[in-house]
Amino acid sequence: MPTPPSDLHLQDKRWETIDRVMRRHDFRQDALIETLHAAQDAFGYLDADTLRHIAARLKTPPSKVYGVVTFYNHFKTKPKGEHTLVVCTGTACHVKGNDRVLAWMEEHYQLKPGDTTTDNRISLLEVRCVGACALAPVVIADGSIIAKKSLAESTAMIREWLNDAA
Amino acid sequence: MTQREALQQQAEQRQQVLDAFSHHLLVCAGLGCLHNDEIIKALRKEIAAQGLEQQILVRKAGCMGLCALGPLVLVLPDAVYYQTVTPQDAGEIVAALGKEPVQRLLLPADLPFFSKQQKKVLALSGRIDPENIDDYLAAGGYASAVNAITAMSPPEILRIVGESGLRGRGGAGYPTGLKWATVAQAAGERKYLICNADEGDPGAFMDRSVLESTPHAVLEGMLIAAYAVGAHTGFIYVRAEYPLAVKRLQLAIREAERNRLLGQGVCGTSFDFTVQLRLGAGAFVCGEETALIESIEGRRGTPRPKPPYPAENGLWGSPTLINNVETYANIPLIIARGAAWFAAQGTEQSKGTKVFALTGRIKHAGLVEVPMGMTLREIVFEIGGGIPDGHAFKAVQTGGPSGGCIPAEHLDAPISYESLSALGSIMGSGGMIVMDDTSNMVDIVKYFMEFCMEESCGKCVPCRVGTAQIHSLLQKFCDRQASADDLAALETLCDLVKTTSLCGLGQSAPNPVLSTLKYFRQEYLDRMADPSGPHQEGQL
Ligand SMILES: Cc1cc2nc3c(=O)[nH]c(=O)nc-3n(C[C@H](O)[C@H](O)[C@H](O)COP(=O)(O)O)c2cc1C
Ligand code: SF4
Repeated sequence: MPTPPSDLHLQDKRWETIDRVMRRHDFRQDALIETLHAAQDAFGYLDADTLRHIAARLKTPPSKVYGVVTFYNHFKTKPKGEHTLVVCTGTACHVKGNDRVLAWMEEHYQLKPGDTTTDNRISLLEVRCVGACALAPVVIADGSIIAKKSLAESTAMIREWLNDAA
Repeated sequence: MTQREALQQQAEQRQQVLDAFSHHLLVCAGLGCLHNDEIIKALRKEIAAQGLEQQILVRKAGCMGLCALGPLVLVLPDAVYYQTVTPQDAGEIVAALGKEPVQRLLLPADLPFFSKQQKKVLALSGRIDPENIDDYLAAGGYASAVNAITAMSPPEILRIVGESGLRGRGGAGYPTGLKWATVAQAAGERKYLICNADEGDPGAFMDRSVLESTPHAVLEGMLIAAYAVGAHTGFIYVRAEYPLAVKRLQLAIREAERNRLLGQGVCGTSFDFTVQLRLGAGAFVCGEETALIESIEGRRGTPRPKPPYPAENGLWGSPTLINNVETYANIPLIIARGAAWFAAQGTEQSKGTKVFALTGRIKHAGLVEVPMGMTLREIVFEIGGGIPDGHAFKAVQTGGPSGGCIPAEHLDAPISYESLSALGSIMGSGGMIVMDDTSNMVDIVKYFMEFCMEESCGKCVPCRVGTAQIHSLLQKFCDRQASADDLAALETLCDLVKTTSLCGLGQSAPNPVLSTLKYFRQEYLDRMADPSGPHQEGQL
């Protein structure tokens, strides 16, 4: 039997939106992915309590919910830092040198894709092509796009952004 | 007044509104033109300051294609394009209306990027406001669907689509008419329709651009398809990485419903069709049709063995039509202009036009639409403007992780499904990445193999284990540790993975390796531990 999620967690107003999504699908099991999207949008990531609650509401075994969450790259089980740097790793961005941006991040900030700094301020993420290939190489700092820059230019801009953010 | 007349009136009213302005400034509001919202604001402010609100209309528009020189602004009726526009340019642009255009921002009128293209699917892209259904109606939108549903029979539509010769634009090139006929004939009370907007190829953005620029054209194509095959529920499976496309689709569905072009009793007939969005969650394999169906059903996206094909046994076991975004976007044109019009373009077996995302080491990167049969050379050197910074062309990669690299000696090959596969690549969905003499082919191939390895769903052994083994062999080449045996092992493994994997991901994962072994073998040999080894001679 799954342990019931803590009450505190469920009192969060954000559950209303998530419940609405499940209700729209009549709590059918095929609502799982849509529900996970809603939950991640609301909380930023999917923790164990959230997954247990969704499993219970959709009458789906928690193992299946976990299996789905781990299958899809988009779903995150760890919280993100306050600021995020997203590096596009699509083909055009690769050809134009984003692999070197990632190497630079590791060398200078000890961050690999998926990592968050210990003080929880900055997360480095990679994404499989944002579809802005004509602007390659593309890096996204807190939602704003840095595009068409040389390695030296991008890294200078990232450094400046990190100094502002940190 | 019938629904048909009401829509016509709505279209005419919008056209009157548009015609009342002497100039239109269309600003690309796609993902590729950064800060377009600020440009729109600055132009409106300038126009208001000059009291010209009744003469000049600033409109949000879809993608104009030349993303490399964006943000773009199109001036109508002059048909003048301005490039790399900033909000600070607003004053000059407005002041120049009706006079000499601003030379500093002007794109040459005869640029081959525009003059050599033939925009059909993209004809309205960059010309209408994607967030306004009236704009699409005024441009003749939904006329094909209304005509099909109120005045044509499903068999008639199936015949036209079959005769057009349209083949699926999602990659495999299966004849669309044949697929539709199979679904139409399949036994089953309930049938489903799916639009595949997963666009997983990392380096392709045709579908994103079509969805962002003309979402209603995709809905219209789906509506016609649904009527032809007898489906009443449709799904658009769209990547979560495309938030703007998702937003515009949501809006388009709402507006179509409000105008009774979707929902119960479409166009006042007894035909019902609803469309729902489903967000992907970052798994490349979910672009494969059976994996996509698993995903819509709320599960892990692992492919099912085929047959049975989705056309007979798809979503929740029912006959399901699944087509790509661009495939659907072609349908309203074919219904409006006829099968012969469509079939008049292209090659013997590949009809019509194809949209490509032209990127990489190329001057005019962007979105282009060309007739099938155009040569790669024309696309790369004329439309694309060639390679920047004095570098030399090396290869063009088509088909992404499932495709191959085509070298300079085949630049005169015409693009078609057949010729690209004869060259060891595939048409794919339309990604076209140009590489120059600075690109390292083994590195690119390793990049694609890493992609396939990470995206393998793990269901079958050849793909799960094979892609990892191929990847570690490629790593050896990159580290200059490979031996002649490694080269032989690489070829054997590629053959094995290609022939024994369950789905298209594994079956085509070796393509980038095989095509570079064929055309750029020297680059592998140069990266062996002992490059003077016995394998070198005779294999070049
Ligand atoms: C690994 C893999 C990924 C695919 N990704 C896509 C995709 O992103 N978009 C798409 O339309 N088709 C994709 N396909 C092809 C689909 O399986 C299917 O053939 C297509 O959606 C059918 O539509 P069409 O006939 O209109 O091309 C993919 C196939 C495979 C094997
Ligand atoms: S070929 Fe690869 S992606 Fe396809 S079913 Fe097998 S393991 Fe999964």
